[in-house]
Amino acid sequence: MPWRRLARNRLSFAALGAILVVTVAALLAPWLAPYDPDEPDAAVALASVSVRHPLGTDLYGRDQLSRLIHAGRVDLLVALSATAIALTLGATLGAAAGYRGGWVDHLVMRGVDAVMAFPAFILALAITAALGNSTANVVAAIALTHVPIYTRLIRGEMLKARETEYAEAARTVGNRPHQIVLYHLFPNCVPPLIVQATLAMGFAILTVAALSFIGLGIQPPQSEWGQMTAEGAGYVVSGEWWLVLFPGFAIMLTVLAFNLVGDTLRDLLDPRMRGVR
Amino acid sequence: MSELLEVHDLTVHFATEDGLVEAVDNVSFSVRPGEILGVVGESGSGKSVTAHALLRLIRPPGRIVRGEIRFEGADLLALPEARMGAVRGARIALVFQSPRTALNPVLTVGRQIARLYELHQHVAPAEAWRRTIEMLTLVGIAEPERRARQYAHQLSGGMCQRVMIAMAIASSPRLLIADEPTTGLDVSIAAQILDLLRALGRRTGASIVLITHDLGVVAEACDRVAVMHAGQLVEIADVHTLFKRPLHPYTQALVRSIPRIDREVAMEPIPGAVPSLLAPAPGCRYADRCARVLEVCRRERPVLRAAGASHEVACHAVEVESGTAVR
Repeated sequence: MPWRRLARNRLSFAALGAILVVTVAALLAPWLAPYDPDEPDAAVALASVSVRHPLGTDLYGRDQLSRLIHAGRVDLLVALSATAIALTLGATLGAAAGYRGGWVDHLVMRGVDAVMAFPAFILALAITAALGNSTANVVAAIALTHVPIYTRLIRGEMLKARETEYAEAARTVGNRPHQIVLYHLFPNCVPPLIVQATLAMGFAILTVAALSFIGLGIQPPQSEWGQMTAEGAGYVVSGEWWLVLFPGFAIMLTVLAFNLVGDTLRDLLDPRMRGVR
Repeated sequence: MSELLEVHDLTVHFATEDGLVEAVDNVSFSVRPGEILGVVGESGSGKSVTAHALLRLIRPPGRIVRGEIRFEGADLLALPEARMGAVRGARIALVFQSPRTALNPVLTVGRQIARLYELHQHVAPAEAWRRTIEMLTLVGIAEPERRARQYAHQLSGGMCQRVMIAMAIASSPRLLIADEPTTGLDVSIAAQILDLLRALGRRTGASIVLITHDLGVVAEACDRVAVMHAGQLVEIADVHTLFKRPLHPYTQALVRSIPRIDREVAMEPIPGAVPSLLAPAPGCRYADRCARVLEVCRRERPVLRAAGASHEVACHAVEVESGTAVR
């Protein structure tokens, strides 16, 4: 049972807990946040950590904890949508390429090669710069750069699966090709897909934050971790450390958590690791 | 008697890097309604390829070069792929050699059978499940309700084969092709599986093509036997005739190679190995291993000729000796 073994590994369990906390916070942001994230209060501008403002306030006196919670919402939503789109698109292309082979395979894989020829971040940067930096475009940019990951993964899995005897058996009982792929072969590809998606989630969050950090991602007044880090960076020298520390910490913690859980899942779902603690 | 399946001059080639492999060469035979036809031969004799060709499941680099497969009045080789899909599984079903790997590891066995009812008979899921349980009961699986919810790796080899058979007969096919269904099963389980196949054949009236390399299996289960060697069909006869009066030198050698414990006769292995099917020489492919080889054998391929009631053999030596040579 993967879940029980996941629980046994304390670090991964803590990471899973962190993901859960961030997710719940994002879901319940309007009720959890103590203040309106966009409500300025000049009286407490640049106030340090206190009981009233646990994580301090920014230049306009906005409560940083509230902004951080609402920012998490955007980060997770963008990363999740991008991952979902990339996974759907990539898995479909990969399945077609792997099962059909021939010219379909060539066409898809050369397309994938073309996308992979650019460093992922540079490509995402170019897309948002060219199309304008709306939230939808950020999602599209990250999704596009992630498509090759899933395409290559599923193509490889399909190449393996289509030669198995149960694939042959599915053909002998009169299944059509799309039925074989969807019903008989795809379920066999799900475990590595889950692992890859988990790892890619961390990477996607990092990309949203990085794009926003340089001003090409999520735009103010909507708060976002990378953008908050960028704003806070200007205050490091003048001593307002809370402005950069907490958003930076939020990014690090979330990305690390996804990577840890992904790594552990990979170990757990790897057949060679079955029975090993 | 009108035949259920008639195969004429079936020829299958595989294009390999070394050249053309003639895996099945001008094979002709027929299957009568309700009978069990055994197809025997050594490894590499083209038995499995023939079986796959019947369902048109030969995939590149393999190709059915020539031939005709008449089944229920239609030539399967001329059928469009879409209609072939309706034949596979529904009219002709295949039981695989290694049931454990032929079952999908991530779907429960019940789900895999139920899927067939939904696919071919378009019934609602609940009804499909009910029939699945019925089918598992029919093939002799105890606690079918529980077993149906299990995965292939949770079942024994014999049970997996029963599940495979249940899958094969789920849509009441007229022809069941069993490709070495008892390989890898221990003797008592193998016997049970053969009994089951025979019983199901009788009960449903379906014909069975039983592919095997085991003459014991043939003697036990089959009505007629076709003997294949190096991609060619060398002899076909009813099971008693074949064991009592085999005509082809290869069949005779096969029968002699059966270990006997009741007589003081040494077991005789067949000399040589199955010849390479890569650009084979013209003539009889058994010539190099044959004790009765004639000069004509290396020149001309012998064709199947009647040698008695329901007995056909493809051998020049037999023709010459019996005076049936038509030249």
